[in-house]
Amino acid sequence: MSRDRTTAMLLVAAAVLLATVPFAPQWLVFLLTLALAKGLVVLGLVVLMRTGLVSFGQGLYFGLGAYAAALLGARAGLLDAAAMILAGVVAAAAVAAVLGLLMARYRDIFFAMLSLALSMILYGLLVKSSALGSTDGFNLHAKSFAGIVLSGGTERRVFYAVAVVAAAAAAWGVHRYLASHYGRLATAIRDNELRVEYLGTSVFRVVYANYVVAAALAGLGGAFAALAVGHVDPETVYWTTSGEFVFIAVLGGTGNVAAPFLGAAIFEAVRTIGNQYAPNVWQMTLGIVMLLLILFLPSGLWSLVAKRVRT
Amino acid sequence: MNPVLVASGVNKSFGAVIAAADLNIAIERESIVGLIGANGAGKTTFVNMVTGYLKPTTGSIRFDGHELTRLEPRRVTQLGVSRSFQIPQLFNSLSVRENLLVAVGIVAAAAHAWAHSDLTPARADGATDEMLERFGLGAYRDRPAGLLPEGVRKLLDVAMGLVTRPRVLLLDEPTSGVSADEKFAIMDLVMAAVRGADVTVLFVEHDMDVIARYAARVLAFADGRIIADGAPADVLRDPEVRRYVIGEADAHA
Repeated sequence: MSRDRTTAMLLVAAAVLLATVPFAPQWLVFLLTLALAKGLVVLGLVVLMRTGLVSFGQGLYFGLGAYAAALLGARAGLLDAAAMILAGVVAAAAVAAVLGLLMARYRDIFFAMLSLALSMILYGLLVKSSALGSTDGFNLHAKSFAGIVLSGGTERRVFYAVAVVAAAAAAWGVHRYLASHYGRLATAIRDNELRVEYLGTSVFRVVYANYVVAAALAGLGGAFAALAVGHVDPETVYWTTSGEFVFIAVLGGTGNVAAPFLGAAIFEAVRTIGNQYAPNVWQMTLGIVMLLLILFLPSGLWSLVAKRVRT
Repeated sequence: MNPVLVASGVNKSFGAVIAAADLNIAIERESIVGLIGANGAGKTTFVNMVTGYLKPTTGSIRFDGHELTRLEPRRVTQLGVSRSFQIPQLFNSLSVRENLLVAVGIVAAAAHAWAHSDLTPARADGATDEMLERFGLGAYRDRPAGLLPEGVRKLLDVAMGLVTRPRVLLLDEPTSGVSADEKFAIMDLVMAAVRGADVTVLFVEHDMDVIARYAARVLAFADGRIIADGAPADVLRDPEVRRYVIGEADAHA
């Protein structure tokens, strides 16, 4: 049963990552926390891609999640990590619930460009709003966990552990969703909307639901990223950030719910190493990685793992 | 007579092209009706209007007391009218079994919306295997629908239409693109599936042997009008039908 295998694999992966919490060097803790945050956004993209949609504007919800979490902490003074993360998810899902009414009517390049346009509108608003720090954004201070405030290094480790648990739970939830009737229905919609309508169900409703789910996951990832970095700025909403998520989706592959996290970890590692050894050409490094990937591993890095698991 | 489907005064035009000109049709319950006519005569337009894909310019189409012309295809399906397509509409990346599972799943997940159905999510797997068995699709169950031979695609397309337990089933050229010896096999399976189940069948067909063998009544279309309506033997002998539909050059010589 591939379903049980995925569940088991998620449990093992989460256990391995949790085991590294006390020992991993700080740079790795930070890198992996950020990778898990971005992996969550890409997990949402995978749900959309199953439905046949590619969003080049997922930064909209990533940024909304980041800003909502940061605002709750820095402006409302509520520094509880759980509350801030919840605020990120709710803000993203609420906006998606409205914009989804429009977006769920579009497909293909129209969906992709419209999602990009909406994200750039928010970018424009953030850049212009001096109350939110314009292009500089603003910092947020130490978060607390259930009322307990920890020292810097310990706090980052605990937060990393929280991210591992959240990512594993989200991946498992999406896995169960995609393995259910509704996951199959998403693929059916990608293949043939006409037939789905003629079978007596609403294509719009399924696309809408998946759009909101993807946005909620992006908001969750955005909140984690904001709390990990301790800073938010309009860059979170910018189209290059959205492009990064699509890049990671292609890098990891869309065949398994763990693939986005693998892709995000490799992406962050390439970026970190590239920045260190060849700071001015790291985009070129990414470009070359992408080219090689499309030529030799069109189903993403996950296909390397899948080959080993299946045999 | 107790008609299950009634079209009255139905007109449809696409710009200057008239696809339906004052159609008045009453279809009796549990009858098997063949629709014939040359390409462009208005057969598929009629099927599309009944199933909500096209709205008539004027006129009404009623199924069992429900006005269908204002409804979306999914509502028409839920009421108990379903169809197959001339070009099979399948989920090409899904296997044959998954295609049927999607269909069964939709019906089972929204049982409350349906006119009549005993499907529940718990029964989905069993119901899917029943359909595979009944339509002889077992040998292809794990093959992606996109890689099937045309005859099997046609069969799967018809099976998908039957999953929703329709009371009126419209088949758009169920035997086109299928080898001569498979034509009767497909129709036999359809007839076996609907027998005794209170299903009315309308099928668009170009093969007059299939019409003569399965239809109890034939409607002949030409230029959006019905030019003949009756038993197959009578309609197929009609000089206008022979000229416009069957295309005999010497029909009126």
